[in-house]
Formats: sequence, C-alpha cells, structure tokens
Amino acid sequence: MGWLTGAVAWLADGAHWQGADGVPQRLLEHVGLSAAAVGIGCLVALPLGLWLGHVRRGGAFAVATGNLARAVPTFAVLVLLALAPSPFGLGTTSTLTALVLFAVPPLLTNAYVGVLEVDPAAVDAARGMGLTSSQVLRRVELPLAVPLVMNGVRLAAVQVVATATIAALVAGGGLGRIIVEGFGRQDQPQLLAGAFLVLALALAVEGAMELLQRRVDPLRRARGRRRAAAAAGAQLQVQGGSS
Amino acid sequence: MRVIPSAAVPRAASCLLENAWVCPEYLSSRRSELLAAVVAHLQITVVSVAIGALVALPLALLARRVRGLRPVVLGASTALYTVPSLALFSLLLPFTGLSRTTVVVGLVLYSLTVLVRTVLTGLEGVPEEVRDAARGMGFAPSALLWRVELPLALPVVVSGLRVATVSTVALTTVGTIVGNGGLGDLVYDGLRTDFRAEVLTASVLCVALALALDAVLLVAGRLLVPWRRGVA
Repeated sequence: MGWLTGAVAWLADGAHWQGADGVPQRLLEHVGLSAAAVGIGCLVALPLGLWLGHVRRGGAFAVATGNLARAVPTFAVLVLLALAPSPFGLGTTSTLTALVLFAVPPLLTNAYVGVLEVDPAAVDAARGMGLTSSQVLRRVELPLAVPLVMNGVRLAAVQVVATATIAALVAGGGLGRIIVEGFGRQDQPQLLAGAFLVLALALAVEGAMELLQRRVDPLRRARGRRRAAAAAGAQLQVQGGSS
Repeated sequence: MRVIPSAAVPRAASCLLENAWVCPEYLSSRRSELLAAVVAHLQITVVSVAIGALVALPLALLARRVRGLRPVVLGASTALYTVPSLALFSLLLPFTGLSRTTVVVGLVLYSLTVLVRTVLTGLEGVPEEVRDAARGMGFAPSALLWRVELPLALPVVVSGLRVATVSTVALTTVGTIVGNGGLGDLVYDGLRTDFRAEVLTASVLCVALALALDAVLLVAGRLLVPWRRGVA
C-alpha cells in the first residue's frame, strides 16, 4: 500500500496547495471552466430542446445528436480544436468549445423528452382553460418536465467535469493537469493524488446536482408514485455516454 | 514539420508538407501504422465489452434474486460512470501498471453501468405468464433462464451492448495516457508533433469504428431474434 501513503503525503504537503499550479488554483480552473460550459450549454440547448418537445418535432434530430456524441471521442475533439486555426488552437477557447459541445446532447435530449412525455391530458386541459401555446409551455409543460431537464443538467455536469479532466492531456488547466504532470515526471504519488482530487470533485458534483435536482422540482411532493416511476424509466433511456 | 523520406517530393505528396487536415499521401504511407492502431483499438473494445457482459450477467442475476442487493448493485455500477476516465486509469496504475490491462479493466468497469442495468431490465421485462408456462412445461430454473428468459431479454440486452460498445470505442482513446489507447495513441502523437492529418484520420477512423460495430450489433441482434422481425 506504499502508493496510497505516497499520494496521501503529496496531498498533505502544504507546498502543493499554494501558487499558480497549487490545488486550489487548479480546482478553481476546473470548476470555473466546467460551470461556464454547462451554463452556455443550458442557454443553447434547453430553449431548443423544450421548444422541439413543445411542437413535438425533431425527435430524430435530438436522438441522433445524443448517439453521435456518444460515438465521438472527447479526447479527439479536444485535440482537433487544439490544432485548428485561430480563434481555436491551444487555449481556453478550444477547451470551452469542446466542453460545450459535449454538454449540449444530454441537455437537448432530456429537455426534449421531458416536454414530450408530459401527460397529454394535462396539456389538453390547459388548452381547454384557454391558455395560449406559450403559456402551455411555460406554465404546464416546463414545470412537469423539470425532473428530466434537471437530469440532463446533472448528466451534462458530470460529462463536462470528466471532459475538463481530459483537457489537461491537451493543454488545459484544471485538476487533470496534476495527473498529467505526474505522468510526465513519472511521479506516481502526484498522479494518484491528482486522480483522488478529480474523483472527489466528480462525486461532489454528482451529489450536488442530485440535491439540486430534488430541490428544484416544483411538483415533487404533489406527484404520485406512478409518475416518479415513469420518470425513472425515461431517465434510463436518455442517459448519455461517459468520458 | 514532418520530414519527407523521398528526396524528390511529388506534387501529390505536398499535403504532408502543408500539414493539411486531409492527406491521401498520409493514408498510403502510414497504412500499416493505421491498421495496427485500428486492430489494437478493436481488440481493446471487444475484449472490454465481452468481459463487461460476462460480469454484468451474474451481477444482474444477483440483483434480481436478492432484493436488498438491487439498489447496491445498480447504485455502484452507476457511480462508476461518474468517475472521469483519466482518473480511473490513473487509479488502476498501482495494480496493473502501464499496460493494456489497465485500459481494459477501466473500460469493463464503465461498461457495467449500462450492461447491468439493461440485463436486469431485459430479464424483468419477461412476462410472468411466459415464466409460468415454462415452469408448467417442466423447465428447470437454469433451463428457464437460458432457454426462455435470456432469449426474450435479448433485444434489450443487445441495445445495451450497442450503447456500451459505442461508448467504449470513444473511451478507449483516453487509454493513451498509459500508452494503450489504440487510435488515441495516434491522436496524441499527432498533437505532440503538430500533425493534422494524423489527428483527423485517427479521429474519423475512431467514429467510423464505433458506427461500424454499432451496425454489426444491430444486424446480429435482428438475426438472433427472428421472431421479432417486422415488429420493432
């Protein structure tokens, strides 16, 4: 178990927690870049996905986006953008672009399916009450779609945190940098310490997103068991790939 | 900049000098290197998904048999998907070193997320009447599983295998961190030597490989369940 004590000793060393390549700085880069990517992804994908679900069109498009994203290696996209001409190339623009590209599919698919799976009876009732099309979307479909929309946000966040780690192989900062530099120096304690930090961040993000998912669901208490079971089933189908 | 071996560079070979993204000269001059990377990639993927399926089946059966273990097995296999690949491969390093085994073990663990769930879903989708009828016909529990339940679960299992295979092809590239990433090794080499044709070619081959394996499984699934032909 020497490898474990080495990693713990690395983490316990105060020198590794200071400066431009210290753990807090790397964590800040990782979280900042990931949050920006998920935020931009939400701005792009959620309105589109919700609208496609509302008009009940573009199902094939949403599904194809999800499938294609699973087949395209995140690492390859990061490298392709790094070698691309300006404004890409080695730098934050390329990393952020790649992260957004991989945040979009789970957001789009889940928002689309979320609205699509809203009970048609609820939509009919809302129309019968005289709500306009956009009111139906905002007041009925959107609140009912929240569990799946948030599921998409959770999947996107997990995917982006993982991809941001791989970005360190190319040029990016973030906690992945600690792992990659550990490999470069053949410093096993460092690369393991980096791996533990990345693991802790990923689990923390997953946990926080799960908590958020439960918090923001407006109908959680009102919803019956049947509906929860249906959402769980749909969640399984629209789970994205991993990286 | 790449060095061209031949002194008299023909006009067609200039794409190497220009560092073009698309370069037929690269394809012909590095054919054996590309082929070796594709074969390595294919081996890593197929072995990982096959072992993943062999591990997922008993886990799914266990989760079905022992009710209390169900959330544990599903929870653990889902949590694995949260772990970033670069961290997972690094954490396996003390045990399996800079080897292909490290990549395969990591990919097997990732495939379990999808496979355990789909095998379980497939088995639970078998109608109870079918089970009753088979028992009434005198099927022993093992015969019931192998000759009735698994064949009926096959369409769902194959869909899970397709998802797992496509993800695994993409994830294999990250294995380059331990020097065993198949086509990912070429992508990484292309990054370090600023060689665009190598990166684009390996990336396109990787996506093509994923789509090809997906198609193979789709066709195999159709052939294995002839009774569903024309239904779904």
